[in-house]
Amino acid sequence: MDYIPSIGLEVHVQLRTRSKLFCGCGTRYGAEPNSQVCPVCLGYPGTLPVVNREAVRLTVVTGLMVGSEISPYSKFDRKSYFYPDMPKNFQISQYDRPLCLGGAVAIDVEGASRPIPLKRIHLEEDTAKNTHFEGFSGVDFNRAGVPLMEIVSEPEMHSPEEAFAFLQALKEILLYAGVSDCNLEQGNVRCDVNCSVRPAGSKALGVKTEIKNRNTFREVLHALRHEIARQVGVLEAGGAVGQETLRWDVAAGVTVGMRSKEYAHDYRYFPEPDLLPVALPRAWVEDWRAALPEPPRARRARLAREYGLPEYDAGVLTADPRSADFFEAAARLSPNPKAVSNWIMTEMQRLLAERSLAPSDARITPRALADLVALVDGGTLGSTGAREVFAVLFAEGGDPARIVAERGMAQVSDAGEMGALADRVIAENEAAAADYRKGKQAALQRLVGQVMRLSGGRANPRVVAGLLRERLK
Amino acid sequence: MAEPVNRALPTAHAALARLRRGECSSEELVRDVLGRIRATDGGIGAYLWVDEEDALGQARAADARRAAGNEGRLLGVPVAVKDVLNVRGQPCTCASRILRGYVAPYDATAVARLRAEGAVFAGRTNMDEFAMGSTTENSAVQVTRNPRDPERVPGGSSGGAAACVAAGEAVVALGTDTGGSIRQPAAFCGCVGLKPSYGRVSRYGLTAFASSLDQIGTLSADVRDAALMLQVMAGADCMDSTCLDAPVPDYGAALRDDLRGMKLGIPREYFVGGLAPEVETPVRAAIEQCRALGAEVAELSLPHTEYAIATYYVIAAAEASANLARFDGVRYGRRARAESDPMTMYCRTRAEGFGAEVKRRVILGTYVLSSGYYDAYYLTAQRVRTLIRRDFEKAFAHCDALLAPVAPSLPWRLGEAADDPLKMYLGDIYTVTANLAGICGMSVPCGSSADGLPVGLQILGPALGEEKVLRVGHAYEASASRPAAGP
Repeated sequence: MDYIPSIGLEVHVQLRTRSKLFCGCGTRYGAEPNSQVCPVCLGYPGTLPVVNREAVRLTVVTGLMVGSEISPYSKFDRKSYFYPDMPKNFQISQYDRPLCLGGAVAIDVEGASRPIPLKRIHLEEDTAKNTHFEGFSGVDFNRAGVPLMEIVSEPEMHSPEEAFAFLQALKEILLYAGVSDCNLEQGNVRCDVNCSVRPAGSKALGVKTEIKNRNTFREVLHALRHEIARQVGVLEAGGAVGQETLRWDVAAGVTVGMRSKEYAHDYRYFPEPDLLPVALPRAWVEDWRAALPEPPRARRARLAREYGLPEYDAGVLTADPRSADFFEAAARLSPNPKAVSNWIMTEMQRLLAERSLAPSDARITPRALADLVALVDGGTLGSTGAREVFAVLFAEGGDPARIVAERGMAQVSDAGEMGALADRVIAENEAAAADYRKGKQAALQRLVGQVMRLSGGRANPRVVAGLLRERLK
Repeated sequence: MAEPVNRALPTAHAALARLRRGECSSEELVRDVLGRIRATDGGIGAYLWVDEEDALGQARAADARRAAGNEGRLLGVPVAVKDVLNVRGQPCTCASRILRGYVAPYDATAVARLRAEGAVFAGRTNMDEFAMGSTTENSAVQVTRNPRDPERVPGGSSGGAAACVAAGEAVVALGTDTGGSIRQPAAFCGCVGLKPSYGRVSRYGLTAFASSLDQIGTLSADVRDAALMLQVMAGADCMDSTCLDAPVPDYGAALRDDLRGMKLGIPREYFVGGLAPEVETPVRAAIEQCRALGAEVAELSLPHTEYAIATYYVIAAAEASANLARFDGVRYGRRARAESDPMTMYCRTRAEGFGAEVKRRVILGTYVLSSGYYDAYYLTAQRVRTLIRRDFEKAFAHCDALLAPVAPSLPWRLGEAADDPLKMYLGDIYTVTANLAGICGMSVPCGSSADGLPVGLQILGPALGEEKVLRVGHAYEASASRPAAGP
């Protein structure tokens, strides 16, 4: 029998704010444990929360990006449970009046776009981080109170791959809106996944299980593949899937049931009396809406159209808005946008990845890249030389023409100098010359390579090939 | 007629006048206070903690500041602080075992504002544990006796603060009022207790009992001191979102000797059934005195009064159950010995650390917020709260302030109410309404019973109507202390 999975995601996203959600402490990752804390985020007696407006703005901007309805009246609630990572033993979250309702994230499935509807987006505070040592445990409260936005989807993804595509599309939107760094290694994006399966043809959803707290999209993909197979197995064997909370054991590659004690809570939500309801002035929301960036899908289509790029290029460039920004800035200065795109997709991405840098960390300017493309197109630089110049620009910045001049890297097209080298190479490689004369085209490339080598890479390969052909006629 | 409190200490405003004229130093004033504490507090038990050296150090610093030509609205005046408010470097145990060893790492906003004006923080006063109680008998540390009769309670929860002011062991004291915890002990001990409107004074640094009801106020020897202290503490605070961003009027200027042109309401529901005649008689006399001072007095109705106690205990307990969850032994205070898992550690820490009344309210609050009960209790209580607030809004549309008793009875004997929580809860009937409605209220001494036990007159004003309350209180107080005052 065929089974249809239904998958819903709850995605917790760390917002890009300088300070925490309810106090002025910093949010820098990797700081000395308990160095970014104060009486408020440690839950000291008598302290009170004060909402970080920027966190509210970023949440609303996210809602606007995905077409949510922005609540004119929203509020915070206390969610109570005891755990050592909870400074107050309640978390300030939003229960029945989230900042954003509805909306959708579009994903591409088999070439067609499909919107995955969202239930809601709300704002809450992160917990501290427990570390267990031999015989004792430590709590680092640096993360306690960091603003988290929770995005809850409807259970309308039907395969692990769709869930994966949803997460990627969502990440793009978040990067575009500038609301989060989406650094997965730093736990900026964490997912709870719920999943059920039902026989094809059946309308009612099956019993769902929840997989807690996955940090990477790959883990979500693998955990879902395993969990769906497990549920189908249970049903095929005539059993029933139990509603339970699971964790994904990365090493073993299996989902494991958590003891009911670990999640069976009555959270006793009630309105946070220390905070006023959030009544967003309409004018603010309209200002934020007016300042929204172009969404990634729209930009992808526009780049393909405006710059004549292949779909593939547009997709790669727009995956990170900073790459797309760089591309557009350079492409506007260049008659050859495709060449600009090639540089960004290959050399730039490679160097960034090697050095784990963000696009904004590179020293090269859009103007320098446009000039570099012009030097190549004008025949001044060959591909090897151009890559060398790019590396210099990437690491140090500067003007490509000047780098070429200072380092004597200009491509040599002078027939006299090149002719002499061609003569020498033919003399030293009689066998290859003979092969070419017999019609072996590949032999010419060997000879061109030799001339390039002797010129220190400065020779213009097209000129060299012409000279060699002339001499070997 | 009110008997003047027998105090060897000056009021804050009198002390300030002497300090400004150079007739005494802050060090001398603080030495007087410390001497009084040493002489009499053994029999009263108002203070939980006094650091004489530290207090004298602060006093000398205040004297140096004055010598350098810098004034301060409270420069050199010692203030006693209820053990629920954080004063940097001092213990803040809320009279609970669970906070034993906790030293406040920061100043409450109200404390910081008083400090900036030169106040000296001389000691910490006893209270019902976490401000839960009306007799101070729920303190985990010690008993506080009523200075007017040592066999009786001082009221609560700010019992230590009221007792130390009434006994002349403090010039002025800070208290907190969640359901009457300033006004009722002020009435029981015979001093002035001001509970400002919700949001008038920042709650930052007030260890929360019930966040939507708590408010910081003062216990003082007279109304002028209450105005002086409120003047310094009131006003918006970026650390408390619920603190109101409303201008702070000149409270001193509101103090006048007559009540001409004022309309005062007498809520019918506050003079029924359980009101003891020993209380009713002096309160009725005080109302007549106000009429004599020029006020127009009329009876009116606050129809939802009978639901106030139930409403209050549902909301206060619900908020307390979450507010007190943080006391878990992980970060501060006392941790129970537990070798096993964190859950066991929590249970033991809280079982050993909290007293019976705190446990009762945490359990009650947990229950009313539990799934399946929330709508029936918490949500219903919030709806009734709105009705009670509307009662007052309607009343204040017709009058400037209300006059009422503070408590239905005279101060209880020690132990009398301790074993009967319901009896204690019912004693809050006339005070919880102001907290539920967010309005301001003050208790002013209005005479004594035949046994010489003090009785308080409660003056209730609209939200941010402190000027009216202070004006009524001051005019009454001034007339009551004039010898042979008559209409």
